[in-house]
Amino acid sequence: MLLYTVKRLIQGIVTVWFIATATFFAMHGVPGDPLMNDKAVKPEIRANLEARYGLDKPIHMQYWIYLKNMASGDFGISFTQQNREVNDIIREHFKVSATLGILAIVFAALGGILWGALTALYRNRAPDIVIMFLVILGISVPGFVFAALGQLSVVEINDWLGFTLFPVAGWGTVQHMIVPSMVLGLGTMAFLTRLMRSSMLEIANSDFIRTARSKGLPVTRILRKHQLRNAILPVITVLGPSIAAITTGGFVVELVFAIPGLGRYFVQAVQQSDYTVIMGTTVFYGAFLVFMVIVVDVIYGFVDPRVRLE
Amino acid sequence: MAEGTLSWERVQVEREVETVSRPSLSYWQDAWIRLKANRRALISLYLVIALVAFTLLGPFVWTVDPAAQDLDQISVPPGADRTATVVGDYSPWRGVTATATADDGGELAAPVSVSVVDQPTTNSVRLRWDPVPGAGGYRVYRNRYDPEPDGALGLPIAEILNPVNVSFEDRLDLKAETYFYSVVALDGRGRESPNYTTATAGVTRVITAAEAVEKGLIDNESDVQLGDTVEMAFHPLGTDYLGRDMLARLMHGARVSLFIGIVAPFFFVIIGILYGSAAGFMGGRADQVLMRFADFVVALPFLLFMILLRILFNVESGDSGIGPMLVAMVLLSWPAAARLVRGQILQIREEGYIGASRLLGAKTNYLILRHMIPNTMGVILVTLTFAVPSAIFTEAFLSFIGMGVAPPTPSWGSMCNEGLKTMLTTPHELIAPAAFISITVLAFNLLGDGLRDALDARMRATE
Amino acid sequence: MSDIAEAPSPNVPDGAAGTGLDVRSLGQILYLGGIGVVALGVLLWLLAQWNEGGAGEAVDAATGTITLSLGGEPPQLDSTRGTDAVSFNILGHTMEGLLRYDAENRLVGGVAERWEIGDTTATFHLRREARWSNGEPITAHDFVFSWRKVLDPVNASEYAFILYVLKNAEAINNGEMPVESLEVFAVDDRTLQVHLEQPVPYFDKLVAFATYNPISEAFYESRQGRYAADAEDLLYNGPFTIASWVHGASIRLEKNPLYWDADRIRLNAIDYAYFTTDPNAIINLFKDGKTALAGLVAENLDDALQRRWKIKRFSDGAVFFMEFNHRPERLTRNYHLRKAIQAVNDSPELVYKVIKLPGNLPAASLFPVWLKGVDGYFRQEYPLADPAPDDELGRRHLATAMEELGLSEPPTLVMLIGDSPTAKKQAEYYQNLYKQKLGIDIKIDAQIFKQRLAKMTAGDFDIVAAGWGPDYDDPMTFADLFASWNENNRGRFDDPELDDAVDVARSSSDPKTRMDAMARVQQILFDEAAIVVSYERGSVYVSHPRLKGIVRRAVGTDPDYTGAWIE
Repeated sequence: MLLYTVKRLIQGIVTVWFIATATFFAMHGVPGDPLMNDKAVKPEIRANLEARYGLDKPIHMQYWIYLKNMASGDFGISFTQQNREVNDIIREHFKVSATLGILAIVFAALGGILWGALTALYRNRAPDIVIMFLVILGISVPGFVFAALGQLSVVEINDWLGFTLFPVAGWGTVQHMIVPSMVLGLGTMAFLTRLMRSSMLEIANSDFIRTARSKGLPVTRILRKHQLRNAILPVITVLGPSIAAITTGGFVVELVFAIPGLGRYFVQAVQQSDYTVIMGTTVFYGAFLVFMVIVVDVIYGFVDPRVRLE
Repeated sequence: MAEGTLSWERVQVEREVETVSRPSLSYWQDAWIRLKANRRALISLYLVIALVAFTLLGPFVWTVDPAAQDLDQISVPPGADRTATVVGDYSPWRGVTATATADDGGELAAPVSVSVVDQPTTNSVRLRWDPVPGAGGYRVYRNRYDPEPDGALGLPIAEILNPVNVSFEDRLDLKAETYFYSVVALDGRGRESPNYTTATAGVTRVITAAEAVEKGLIDNESDVQLGDTVEMAFHPLGTDYLGRDMLARLMHGARVSLFIGIVAPFFFVIIGILYGSAAGFMGGRADQVLMRFADFVVALPFLLFMILLRILFNVESGDSGIGPMLVAMVLLSWPAAARLVRGQILQIREEGYIGASRLLGAKTNYLILRHMIPNTMGVILVTLTFAVPSAIFTEAFLSFIGMGVAPPTPSWGSMCNEGLKTMLTTPHELIAPAAFISITVLAFNLLGDGLRDALDARMRATE
Repeated sequence: MSDIAEAPSPNVPDGAAGTGLDVRSLGQILYLGGIGVVALGVLLWLLAQWNEGGAGEAVDAATGTITLSLGGEPPQLDSTRGTDAVSFNILGHTMEGLLRYDAENRLVGGVAERWEIGDTTATFHLRREARWSNGEPITAHDFVFSWRKVLDPVNASEYAFILYVLKNAEAINNGEMPVESLEVFAVDDRTLQVHLEQPVPYFDKLVAFATYNPISEAFYESRQGRYAADAEDLLYNGPFTIASWVHGASIRLEKNPLYWDADRIRLNAIDYAYFTTDPNAIINLFKDGKTALAGLVAENLDDALQRRWKIKRFSDGAVFFMEFNHRPERLTRNYHLRKAIQAVNDSPELVYKVIKLPGNLPAASLFPVWLKGVDGYFRQEYPLADPAPDDELGRRHLATAMEELGLSEPPTLVMLIGDSPTAKKQAEYYQNLYKQKLGIDIKIDAQIFKQRLAKMTAGDFDIVAAGWGPDYDDPMTFADLFASWNENNRGRFDDPELDDAVDVARSSSDPKTRMDAMARVQQILFDEAAIVVSYERGSVYVSHPRLKGIVRRAVGTDPDYTGAWIE
């Protein structure tokens, strides 16, 4: 077990190095650099600017310095936010993205399990049909359309109520968090509802439920003890990868709701060619994803005895 | 026992046994039967075929140029009134000037006799008024609603800094409706007087004979006379923000969206097959190295790298079309397919029937052709189908953050993004492309479900 | 999707799954849901503790606070190095230079109480009451320190050029002279003596620019390279101070009690609670009563009319144009090709049909209407004849151009644009226009900000959609743009006559001579079709009905809330 974990961690570190290298060269392959600005500057000033950021060194030196700094956890200083360290930027903005992501996952899981169970219960009757229709919408409408419509509905609801139930944009309080995280979790919720429904129905047909039923166990007990619990298992399996997807996929929601998250910041950094922020963010997210996968795998080894870790 | 002789006699082979088995079905025949039994999948299949026809054949049926701009019909919803009156050519107006009388101090009065000069048309609305004593200039407002009772004057459409100019010609985005124009005087320091005068103008939609010929509405300028009405061009799904035909743009946008959606997965699946089968067949050290590399690529954060590569290829080529997006998507997506194919091949290699086949003397070529490919094809086809919706979404996402295909090439994603801005006033610009994306995504998802059930008995869910 | 309908499972007794099961297990689900919702509530509460933020209503008369949205995090609040509009806006509210603009856009004393500007010298007398937010007085040394810092090549200030009028400034910035040789002296703590390279009639307007702001040397050194990195790493001398700064999320300004003219300031706090550039988010926040000012875009004008908002307009001072590439290897170097494109240009159509936003003006001149000339407005004194579009003339020019270039059909040109939706929309319009009128094919090359600049600098385009905003309130801020020596002349337009006119305008102190020279620049640019002007940018906005005294302007802090109050 320990050996396996160590092995996976080493692999993870090599993977992160690969991500860092790919990002570095992709970034430096793009012409145009962060030092360009609306007003052209003289070559003399430009040389000084380059020297400040170490861009005057040959590219292999820059790469080496970058790797060295990264190994010590230092991503350097932002080009556009000239007084801020990339580490600070990531710390401050990732907190927001993580909050949004966690909430979205919780909404998705909770909603998915509840709706899924409901549809299985009322299969082919009104609640099932209505929920499954919504699920189809959730799966097939692009996220940014949902986000924009979500914001618009909030405006209309507040207008109609005469007070602010949910803020239309911004971040900080509980009210700020609810609508964006629901919008973000919607796609996953739809997916999980579908999964939950089929998994519930499959288990309803399985041998052990039939056995339980034939033993005369009360139906509610069957549902609680066996069906629901076993149906949730595959849902939880799927949740692992979705966590990563949602945490990195919050760009759209962050843009629409003016949420100061890392995704929105990344898009801005790309537009400004802010090398250090782009590289820092990509490596950070890459490492985060790699780490999450390792954690999920290791935990799975503990939880499910059928999985053998090699 | 010893004495007994055994007589061996050849048994007659009975050729004419009653056959109870049904004719053996090939894998694909079987799959087709199962797919046909699945109503939803079948409908989706027809939908996909219809979408492809819409994309490929549509432009031959509806031959309107998707790039042709009709600046007289901007953001027109479907079914709007299209009649226009023929008028003479537009000639600039020199306006009216008058010397303002002396200042009597105090608050500036409301301008008097604000009136509309000439016939107000969608080409221009001309206003004039009498000078206000002491005014340093004027501000003209335009509203679609009556400014009374709360004095909401509307859009500040012009600012006249010279008090001798007492007229204004409005040409800003005029529609065939009634406008309320209000004029207020400004003092010498540009401060607005609270007093205003309102005049209304009922604007009629007009077109000049020359424009009508240019737009192909009539053949010759002599066909119509001033005051005649002509029908403007017909747009079944309305027009967009530059007066371009929505239907034509949807058809051409489908080319981009479906192209990205189908071709990108096609390419990365092919690369995946080659790479994965290479790894699967070589095995050992080579397999380890190849798959480790695939793992690295999988670990790259997808959207982040999608953006980076998109810019990289875009700048390099100066071509902001479909190409860069396609390359970026293929480069990042192949490892998943490669892993899948390799896994399948490793698995199938160990199957009993392969061993049996080999025992019977089957050659490697035969094994690959007869067993490996058919048995992996199912999984690959399903992967391909499910990859289409995510590719379409990725294109839409890139359009949303402003990194989609370059104008004027339309794509459903970029049309959606444009439509979002005007969703309150002209929702048709959002609804049509969004509906097409949704239908396509849904059709491919359902088709994928159906294919999965039909192609792989083991993968069949209870659903 | 499920297919249960077609394949009912024989093992589930449908009857049992009917009435009895339904009610009770629905209860189960609700029970589970209830637990989930409670857990969610706890989680939400915990997460809210972990995050910070939250803001009040648009205007709060009780506390004198207004809430606003801002285009983004200010990238650089060190006035010697700042370059962008957001930073300059925050600096405009928290700092003060020698002079400032008042509510009616007149120059008035800031830190300077009196000043005398001669031909090549200027003297500023500083106020005794002017103090930093730590209570220290502002001295002439603070200006000397800051101006030297701007010009110090090591500091690599991108706006250093705006100080080049000071004697020896350019040489210092080029590293040819030590910073101490800058001819700006603190005669005593309250007298600043400035020597200029040559007469600069608009020097008073220059010193109102943020790059000329003072910085306390002792404080700057005490921050050890972190000056302006955070709220406490700045010393303020303006109407407001930064009370809190949550990076990337919000900035809160509060009234500076030590400001010398604090009585003038009627707001207690300005809360920039939202950082966004998304027009929908901006307008929705305003609708919801969360922000006190919102810029409108053409797409939401109808909504604004329906809500009966009072809409105001202003000009932001910038001019947009199509800039040709005049490098020798380019087709656009051909005079007739440029004239052809100029002849079919229809600025009113672009403004009235495509941009559709009041406040924008059709234009033919590089010099916007609000610039002052000798006595009145420059454009009223020196009007530029703006002929109506003439397709026939355009086609004639094109024919000549094709002959000269040896082309058998109209060329394909690359149009470099930014990636904003407006830029794309206009490019699509022009693409169609040139195709329809001249048969010229345009290939649109849409690039994000820095990449577009890189391509502009490298000359990798035929036509680039560009714009120019004023730095100071004098036609010179536009006039020298296309001088052959100007680094911002990305198309490398090179005309000795224009260079000559710019030189005359720069070296003369006589208003008439200067404006005549500017008018020559205006005419040359048009006659040579160096650029084709598209429009002058303006905008419309709405503000909270109780918030009064907001100043919008083309040059200087915009929007300016220093004189605002809540009614």
